[in-house]
Amino acid sequence: MKGKETVQNKKIPLFKKRDFQLLVGTVIFWAIFYTLTKFGMMNLYWMHIINVSLIYVILTTSLNLINGFSGQFSIGHMGFAAVGAYTSATLTTIVWNLPSHGVGPFSLFILSVILGGIAAAFIGFLIGLPTLRLRGDYLAIVTLAFGEIIRVTINSIKFVGGPRGIPGIPRFSSFTVIVIFTFLSVIVLRNIIYSSIGRALLSIREDEVASELVGVHTTYYKVLGFTVGAFFAGIGGALLAHLIQYINPLQFGFMATIYVLIMVYIGGVGSLSGSIVAAIGITFLSEGLRLGLDKLDQVTPFHVGPEWRMVIFSVLLVATMLYKTNGLMGDMEFKVLIPEEEDENAKHGA
Amino acid sequence: MKRRKTFAVLVSLLLVVALFGTVLTGCSSKTANNNGGSAQKTESKPILIGGVAPVTGPAATYGKSTKQGYEMALEEWNAKGGVLGRKVKLVFEDDKADPTEAANAFSKLINDNHVVAIVGSVTSSCSLAGAPIAQRAGVPMITPTSTNPKVTQVGDYIFRACFIDPFQGTVAAKFVFNNLKARKAGVIYDIGQDYNTGLAEFFKKEFESLGGKIVAYEGYPDGTTDFNTQLTKIIDAKPDVIYSPNYYNDDGLIAKQARTLGFTGPIVGGDGWDSPDLFKIGGDAVNNCYFTNHFSKDSKDPKVQAFVKKYTEKYGEAPDALAALGYDAMNIMLTAIQNAGSTDGAKIKDALKNIDYQGVTGHIKFDKDRNPVKSAVIIKIENGKQTYVTTINP
Amino acid sequence: MGSIFNLQQIINGIQIGSIYALISIGYTLVYGIIQLINFAHGDFYMVGAYAAYFAVMFSAARKEHPNVLIVLLISMTAGAIVAFLSNRIAYRPLRYKPRLSALITAIGVSMFLEYTSSAIPAIGPSYRAFPQSALIPEHTYKIGHAILSNYQIVNVSVAVVLMVVLTYIVQYTRIGMAMRASAQDKDAARLMGIDIEYIIDFTFIIGGALAGAAGLLTGITYPRINPYMGIIPGLKAFIAAVLGGIGSVPGAMLGSYILGFSEVFGMAINSILGEGIAYAILILVLIFLPQGLLGKKTGEKV
Repeated sequence: MKGKETVQNKKIPLFKKRDFQLLVGTVIFWAIFYTLTKFGMMNLYWMHIINVSLIYVILTTSLNLINGFSGQFSIGHMGFAAVGAYTSATLTTIVWNLPSHGVGPFSLFILSVILGGIAAAFIGFLIGLPTLRLRGDYLAIVTLAFGEIIRVTINSIKFVGGPRGIPGIPRFSSFTVIVIFTFLSVIVLRNIIYSSIGRALLSIREDEVASELVGVHTTYYKVLGFTVGAFFAGIGGALLAHLIQYINPLQFGFMATIYVLIMVYIGGVGSLSGSIVAAIGITFLSEGLRLGLDKLDQVTPFHVGPEWRMVIFSVLLVATMLYKTNGLMGDMEFKVLIPEEEDENAKHGA
Repeated sequence: MKRRKTFAVLVSLLLVVALFGTVLTGCSSKTANNNGGSAQKTESKPILIGGVAPVTGPAATYGKSTKQGYEMALEEWNAKGGVLGRKVKLVFEDDKADPTEAANAFSKLINDNHVVAIVGSVTSSCSLAGAPIAQRAGVPMITPTSTNPKVTQVGDYIFRACFIDPFQGTVAAKFVFNNLKARKAGVIYDIGQDYNTGLAEFFKKEFESLGGKIVAYEGYPDGTTDFNTQLTKIIDAKPDVIYSPNYYNDDGLIAKQARTLGFTGPIVGGDGWDSPDLFKIGGDAVNNCYFTNHFSKDSKDPKVQAFVKKYTEKYGEAPDALAALGYDAMNIMLTAIQNAGSTDGAKIKDALKNIDYQGVTGHIKFDKDRNPVKSAVIIKIENGKQTYVTTINP
Repeated sequence: MGSIFNLQQIINGIQIGSIYALISIGYTLVYGIIQLINFAHGDFYMVGAYAAYFAVMFSAARKEHPNVLIVLLISMTAGAIVAFLSNRIAYRPLRYKPRLSALITAIGVSMFLEYTSSAIPAIGPSYRAFPQSALIPEHTYKIGHAILSNYQIVNVSVAVVLMVVLTYIVQYTRIGMAMRASAQDKDAARLMGIDIEYIIDFTFIIGGALAGAAGLLTGITYPRINPYMGIIPGLKAFIAAVLGGIGSVPGAMLGSYILGFSEVFGMAINSILGEGIAYAILILVLIFLPQGLLGKKTGEKV
């Protein structure tokens, strides 16, 4: 979360200090809330919102890899989350029939989440291969169409309940599990972004033709980026399914993708930190408005019902975008999310 | 560089403050609860009842009616002096008909507002997302309108006030086969909604087992306004009857377009048809249509009469089925609290199990699966009026 | 197969395509000039429908027979005003900023229009029955086995007339020329003395007016309106605009009719998977024609 002290111009250290800071920070974050919950001092509602917001961190950072770092414009992201959610929930709930209170074999659950991610990645690969040669809004429409095809297809499969969805999914997504998956997702995405793959993706974003000319295999990297993004979307979807304990196809429609898209752009395109801040911030904002309206309703003489929540949300959304055009973080990163080796390059932003 | 660093620090600080803020809220509301628990004599404090329904988003129209039903029931109780001598207060949350939002809303009501019971939500998907939370916390919940049988299977704290899918579909099939003497039926339903799909499936199953033939079984996606494509296919198959188990806004258009395409036979539906707007949208096209419902508005029952009159005066529109179910669900819950003599979740649950309540949507007792045992009435629409045809017992 | 490829289904396809066309032209005009996917466009259509609704209700309350042309004018004006205001408030400040920032404000504007209309008690979230017969009573005509209603004729003819007028404006008037010049190259157009902001305002007004007209037509044909009615047609019109080659007016029309037909035939083949079939057709077209049907082949900037 915070990393202030940095030693500039140092040789590559033995252990990576910032990774260590990040790990310690996460462990402290986890320990605080875990202990509070254990001793019953934590409001379970906010605990639930923290869990949801961390899942949105996974969904947002993975979409940012596609939309922000590789400059593609995908608006079918929740389709991949749907594949992940349905794969894992089908395994745990229908195939293995684990009990719904969620104390069954834990390793099976982890396996199902990973398989969910792999299934999503596979679908992402299949979709990415023929479509990623399209540019800009044409790609957007095709990803949208594929997202909807995924939804329509799931909707017509009786085995997974069709429009009735899958109820009674075991509640495996505990705070600990979600923190671990979020941490791993962010670390892996960060490492990809600062690897040669990330460099290739950035060069494609800046100028696809030029990078092709200097020998970057653009199609390969675009499909790779897309597949990785889909993988983490699948993980996010699988975790969400095992937190909410229910999924249906409507949950993964176009509007859900728009919600994640908003988080990416409010946070800042091409900034993992921005995605993290925005995913947590927007989830808390949208819930905080519930409490805010409760209070407002009590103090004002006229009735302010919950139907005004989304009105305020949309006004804040437009205002934020007008005020901070490049998103909250622009393309800046928290230092702790930039590998030490990058310090010389850090001036150029991420 | 400098700006960036300060900004990063600022944002992280904000996050930390926000997160700790939540911990503090957690602590404070917890203590507040403890106080409430230890000092039993907080008689002056109102009893909090949680209400959930979609009041924003495309399903908001259903949520609005249901919410008005909740509110009217609550006001009546408060006018009579409340429950257990205390006032009752509705803490209402929107779920946008989205399961994730529903889970958030249920969690807030239970863990933040500490409501003693929940009435909601409207769609089965939202109830299925909320029910596990209520069950875990031991907060009794009654859904007014979620028809999916799986909802109450979540646990013994979960009840419902409406029919389940198999019942209405089956009743409609029997009526169409036996009373209307139809042998060929076409079905048109919203494939995105579980209510519509459920009714359509069970209608098909029962109608075929009675010896009838489903000549066309057509779906349409959510938000469709032009049903001509599906209806053209259905009408080409020459059915005696069209079964359209959807909500009134779609049904009005479907009836209209079916009549335009030359279909003159009866169109049959479920309780989603029951709305004054059906006539406004459908006009003359909804003549010679039938639907299964909980109650008939022209019933002589004084309770129904009073409800319809009062609701119409209060909200300036006649109640639809959702409003009636919302009203009944709230009444059932408050009656159970009264019967239990306590706001303890387990006691309310037991009181609910043994309830015997005469509501506007029928006489309600719960079976072992916590579904109401009540009969269905068949309503015929003729010249903009609903007329009672027959009652079919389960 | 008879019920799939027959005259009735062709009529249905034309009908759906015409409504999409009116909405998608606005999309494509705005896109052509400022490369903005205006997500709020579907909501301009909703505003037009409500304006028409209140206009008819108002004259019905005064026991007058509403004049169709005046109602059409009112809904077009309402659509135009909302479009103009959203441009000035939410899009203009972001004109020279990253393109996708304006996309997010467009989503914000769309949500604002939907949720505000739904929250205001005078409009409310419920469906309202559009008083169609107060405006135009229905007649049906039989052509062979197919049935055609006068609403469909009105729809298609109003759509065609408006499209012809629009094509005339874009192709043969000075302001149309300025629009095309701005779409080609904003900087060069400005150097030629064109007031770009004025042109953009004008474009939004035309787009909004067309969407408003579509709102009225939908209200007449499918007599129920609610604050969220714009979401799906807006999305479909966006798809149609891209399919035709975004930025191209004839492309948007063609794309709309193709989308209309693929939906109808998709549904007719298998109504459960029909939506998916329509999307699959769309994907196939775009894979083989990556710039849309009539889109300009933009040269790569190296």
